[in-house]
Amino acid sequence: MQHQSMNEDRRESLQASVIEASGSQTPLNIIAGNSKAFYGRTAHGQTLPIEDHRGIVDYSPTELVITARAGTRLSELESILEEEGQVLPFEPPHFGEGATIGGTLVCGLSGPSRPYTGSIRDYVLGVDCLGGNGKLMSFGGQVMKNVAGYDLSRFLTGSLGTLAIVLEATLRVMPRPGASLTLVQDADPATAIERFNRWAGLPLPITAACACENKLYVRLSGTRQGVLDARTRLDGDALEDDGRFWSDIREHRHPFFTADRPLWRLSIPAGTRPLKIDGTWLYDWGGAQRWLSSDISAGQIRQAASNAGGHATLFRGGDRDSDVFHPLPPALFRLHKNLKESFDPAGILNPGRMYTDL
Amino acid sequence: MTISTEDKTNKRDAIVQALQQLLPANSVLANPEELQPYECDGLSAYRQLPMVVVLPETVEQIQGILKLCHSLDTPVVARGAGTGLSGGALPLDNGVLLSLARFNRIIEIDPVNRTARVQPGVRNLAISEAAAQYGLYYAPDPSSQIACTIGGNVAENAGGVHCLKYGLTVHNILRLEVLTINGEKLTIGSAALDSPGYDLLALLTGSEGLLAITTEITVKLLPRPECARVIMSSFDSVITAGAAVTAIIANGIIPAGLEMLDNQAILAVNKFLNTGYPKDAEAILLCELDGSAAEVEEQTNRTHEVLKSAGSTSLKVSRDEAERQLFWAGRKAAFPAMGRLSPDYYCMDGTIPRKHLAQVLEIIGKLSEEYGLPIGNVFHAGDGNLHPLILYDANTPGELERTEELGGKILELCVEVGGTITGEHGVGLEKINQMCVQFNSDELEQFHAVKRAFDPHALLNPGKAIPTLHRCAEFGAMHVHKGQLPHPELERF
Repeated sequence: MQHQSMNEDRRESLQASVIEASGSQTPLNIIAGNSKAFYGRTAHGQTLPIEDHRGIVDYSPTELVITARAGTRLSELESILEEEGQVLPFEPPHFGEGATIGGTLVCGLSGPSRPYTGSIRDYVLGVDCLGGNGKLMSFGGQVMKNVAGYDLSRFLTGSLGTLAIVLEATLRVMPRPGASLTLVQDADPATAIERFNRWAGLPLPITAACACENKLYVRLSGTRQGVLDARTRLDGDALEDDGRFWSDIREHRHPFFTADRPLWRLSIPAGTRPLKIDGTWLYDWGGAQRWLSSDISAGQIRQAASNAGGHATLFRGGDRDSDVFHPLPPALFRLHKNLKESFDPAGILNPGRMYTDL
Repeated sequence: MTISTEDKTNKRDAIVQALQQLLPANSVLANPEELQPYECDGLSAYRQLPMVVVLPETVEQIQGILKLCHSLDTPVVARGAGTGLSGGALPLDNGVLLSLARFNRIIEIDPVNRTARVQPGVRNLAISEAAAQYGLYYAPDPSSQIACTIGGNVAENAGGVHCLKYGLTVHNILRLEVLTINGEKLTIGSAALDSPGYDLLALLTGSEGLLAITTEITVKLLPRPECARVIMSSFDSVITAGAAVTAIIANGIIPAGLEMLDNQAILAVNKFLNTGYPKDAEAILLCELDGSAAEVEEQTNRTHEVLKSAGSTSLKVSRDEAERQLFWAGRKAAFPAMGRLSPDYYCMDGTIPRKHLAQVLEIIGKLSEEYGLPIGNVFHAGDGNLHPLILYDANTPGELERTEELGGKILELCVEVGGTITGEHGVGLEKINQMCVQFNSDELEQFHAVKRAFDPHALLNPGKAIPTLHRCAEFGAMHVHKGQLPHPELERF
């Protein structure tokens, strides 16, 4: 394989480090590319770098499956897929050059296509991981249909490294759509949300829908004829260089994200009318993911998200020693603690990164 | 420690009485003739009468039942329609069988957010029927969809013919209302696309009733595709047909469904149905393409070309909806048709990386000869999910045992080539020994630890899905890691 220079298997030394930390009850701060250091609660503990555990382990384009070590750069993985005309259908945000597949998986972040083609956890087929006691385990596998045992590979996705250290991941990949086109329409947020949800109920090849500054943007992707046909059913002007537009939304490079206030992410049912909270808004995922730049109190924002049937995350900025993720009801939190203990009895893996006391 | 029959009877009477106080008279079944219909699920080779059957009608009643069972240390086995194929709903003689059949209400359909809130006893197909007025449907379509319930689908992470494009149950649900063994209510997931904390929705989906009891499900609904067509193509060998599947994917086409039948299955279908399947074909591929009319036409033309150059000996594209249904009718009838060739049949459910298809089918053929038991293959070809059907006669002494042994070998073969012992039917009781082949003791212990996080006294569906380490030691299986065999060049029987 041409990327052999980037191929290193460090699982044994990582396992030794975890066993040692477990023995001495030393909390670990697990770091791969460190591109998402801003995310979650403030990290504490002894740094455990996993970036050197990297390389593509297996890639079979016709099986639609790729296996890579956790420290593999996301950019490297995507360019290897690109050579075969394939993509990660969940369009993961990188948030920095160092982004790795392991970090992407445990952060559980997905990009603009998420409501239409699925999230990262939908594409996880299997993982190799180290539990907090240093045991090396393998869950899931290399095939799409697999219901043997609990689905722990999907369960670890988005766990912020608090349950186990993901060493290797197997993901399902998809062919890159043959054609893609973005249409722009004038629309205030309420109109945009209404249209997004009406269109999503129709058989149209929509793969992204976002609104800001009284404009809406909708991306159509699929076969050439399919996209041309859908184009005739929706109004609007085609956006030039739409690839750049969507990657700017995904990577938070769009001017909306440059504001100096705390950035909140509200995940609520897509059809919810615009919430009345002071601040500036960007509506993504057809209305299901709403970015809010605001100085309003966490309590008020969380209350509004809960009332709408969803939750709010303090995504960037603000007080990162308090709750950045939506607090859980007591019974559910107890279950989280039980589950954390089942994977990491000594409580050494990224403690407190998701919730205090977890 | 042995429990005397008298103690057992006393305990049974105490539980039945307590349940009768808790529930209306018609919600507790305790007479042997009333228990009979519950003695097995879709895997009828395994039978066991439950101690008692309860048919609650409200969530509060289920809460009461669970609290009672928790306090009396009595196991609970949940049951939907009983169509499962792995013995997951097999009762326990010392356990309560909790039927969710009366939870059969569609609570709400939200056409704007494209979701439906349903009770667990709602039939899979009934959701799509109710959503049809909005042009929406529920995508996962297990072959038992006219009978199976959504609660059972969640417990098994059910798939279906269209999961290559639309995913499994786990990809198509948003929220669960569940009860833990001590009767505590939890909301898992939400009406939004994600939730804070761990992905418990993924963990509970496919957990085979071992972690919690589901009382309500919010499912995603999708717009019904405007158009769908099926290409039926024949091949003179299963190997060529397998290569054609690879060629379709290599060309960047993801069909809505991609199914293969081998010659045994084709013969069986043709014997009972006039679907027009070519009788001399060694394999048939059914490839469904869906989307807008323009999209489908473009994809059909391309797929047609790909199949032709992949060596298809005959190609037919469905001209209308009636013909599309006809092409599918044979596939849907394949299991019962094979069943009519033989007194009994045993349906396997392994998944393999598609690249090993030729090798696996060849070894299955040899195993079939060695055991003297005919095997037909129906295959979700797009995602590598094999359903070998072993034909046998349960009335011939020892034949069921030999069939199970042969089935076990096929599953172990799937693990050896990097696949899994179950693609969509679940482990249940049926494949519990093969779990020892797929997972090592640390992994199995992690599964048990997860179970204890929910259910420390192991009262929910105990003995299913995850084997004890002791059982694995007795079974004496060789754990195979990711297909890395010591001597992959050797044939293994």
